[in-house]
Amino acid sequence: MTALQKLLGWVDDRFPLTATWKAHLSEYYAPRNFNFWYFFGSLALLVLVLQIVTGIFLTMNYKPDAALAFASVEYIMRDVDWGWLIRYMHSTGASMFFVVVYLHMFRGLMYGSYRKPRELIWIFGVLIYLALMAEAFLGYLLPWGQMSFWGAQVIVNLFAAVPFIGEDLSIWIRGDYVISDATLNRFFAFHVIALPLVLIALVAVHLVALHEVGSNNPDGIEIKKKKDPVTHIPLDGIPFHPYYTVKDIVGVIVFLMVFSAIVFFAPEMGGYFLEANNFVPADPLKTPEHIAPLWYFTPFYAILRAVPPLFGSQFPGVVAMGLSIVLMFFLPWLDRSKVKSIRYRGPIYKTALALFIVSFVGLGYLGLLPSTPIATIFAQVFSVIYFLFFLLMPWYTAIDKTKPEPERVTG
Amino acid sequence: MPVLFKHVQVKHKMNQAVDRSKRKFLIAATSAVGGVAVAGVAVPFVASMMPSARAKAAGAPVEVDISKIEPGMLLAVEWRGKPVWVVYRTKEMLDMLGKHDDRLADPNSDQPQQPDYCKNPTRSIKPEYLVAVGICTHLGCSPTYRREIGAADLGADWPGGFFCPCHGSAFDLAARVFKGVPAPVNLVIPPHQFVSDSMLLVGLDSGAIKAQRGVDK
Repeated sequence: MTALQKLLGWVDDRFPLTATWKAHLSEYYAPRNFNFWYFFGSLALLVLVLQIVTGIFLTMNYKPDAALAFASVEYIMRDVDWGWLIRYMHSTGASMFFVVVYLHMFRGLMYGSYRKPRELIWIFGVLIYLALMAEAFLGYLLPWGQMSFWGAQVIVNLFAAVPFIGEDLSIWIRGDYVISDATLNRFFAFHVIALPLVLIALVAVHLVALHEVGSNNPDGIEIKKKKDPVTHIPLDGIPFHPYYTVKDIVGVIVFLMVFSAIVFFAPEMGGYFLEANNFVPADPLKTPEHIAPLWYFTPFYAILRAVPPLFGSQFPGVVAMGLSIVLMFFLPWLDRSKVKSIRYRGPIYKTALALFIVSFVGLGYLGLLPSTPIATIFAQVFSVIYFLFFLLMPWYTAIDKTKPEPERVTG
Repeated sequence: MPVLFKHVQVKHKMNQAVDRSKRKFLIAATSAVGGVAVAGVAVPFVASMMPSARAKAAGAPVEVDISKIEPGMLLAVEWRGKPVWVVYRTKEMLDMLGKHDDRLADPNSDQPQQPDYCKNPTRSIKPEYLVAVGICTHLGCSPTYRREIGAADLGADWPGGFFCPCHGSAFDLAARVFKGVPAPVNLVIPPHQFVSDSMLLVGLDSGAIKAQRGVDK
């Protein structure tokens, strides 16, 4: 017995180190037929770590003070050694987080990963998505540019549209009658402490729930149904480590190539990752000509704008926007199909999913544009399709003509 | 069972019947008291997020020298961190106001967006001076002053007013909202009063001053 093995034994008697390693990596059996779409979960974890590390280093030089914030970001960009790199990694990381999370969610939609017994994994995932949106919104105020200020102004005013308590609620969120130093300071506190803690906790329960029931796969069948009679290991399962750790490292390397290319050559991404107006300091007396949220919020922003005010209140639009996300929580119970994976679904679901994706991307595009009558009509049509995808799902998935699922995983 | 707890086990054996209703009551009672404590402790934390004394003080009224405003021009001042516009409306501008009531959502200012003394066709104390909070009632952008009648981008029937670049809401020169735009109601007229012919006080009206003096006595 070597000294290292002795040390491991000493630790194992006091902490389940080897047992944890086995349960979650070396003897955690994942389906052997994972494909391209299964990269994005581990990539999301990578981006989370990147954001936390770069964020910690940014706070070392950032000043959460309305009088100093804008200049401190420019100070990081110009005077702090490698500050520009850390800041661009953080700003690019925010957008890339949404890229991988959207692809991860699309994977879930395609292969029915939200279906029984993975309802809680999906719900935790939607909560992560919500926390991520809050985190991105709060962080966007910190550079204290024109878009930071007016974006926050528009979003906080959404709460003011709530009947009766709205005005007080928005004052409570801002801590002032307008977006001000008080707002910046508290957004900083939420952005660097409160929401990261929430996010990490949610990611932990997302993974615990996943490892309890095991991963879904592109065939949407349960590998745990067919086990080796002697070892009780799923016949179509392979240990996560080394098989998928190695596969995921390939994904990480390709991802980092793309990520670096953006950080070094196009950190502003033509105004989509960092908006031009945000290089102008916040001015409470002058609204920029055109306010658009960052690209990852635009689908919901387009839904907000598509709903006309009713009874002298913009509250219906706010409700529609909130509902567009709340509906995601109910997906596991809205889907009544006999099969999970798109591979065995019928033409109706395939059409519905395609229409949904077109609408979502279409809304995202329209949300970037200034409001015009023709754009509003398109946004209304797309919004209706978006909602019908969820609301009609119990019917169209039930009548859809499915193909039989295979006994064992394919490909 | 560890030695430490042996006496517990012995006691249990002696006293087999657990009083379940008592246990239930104790759990409910401690939970209720604990819940009240949590709610009580939450109060100062939630309240700490309301505007501080300093933020409230910054909401004090501001004085505006209106003698320098040229006819037709807009002066923006800051009150409670918000832009407040003072527009010196010319005779022609005032004459335009009554001609497009059918295109307005609330031409008679029935919504409580102004003090009672400004619930009139010009929404003002002195018709030539419009005092309005320059924050769009849709989502809080600050509209642009577009006084030119029939501006090319706003249509030949544009009577002059304010246009919000964010979501396309439009208001006339009495800060009344047009129909069919995202903003649901007219712009807010803040409480204000004319201290003298050249001095305007925004944030406090004469009624409020009287009330305050009454308290002082």
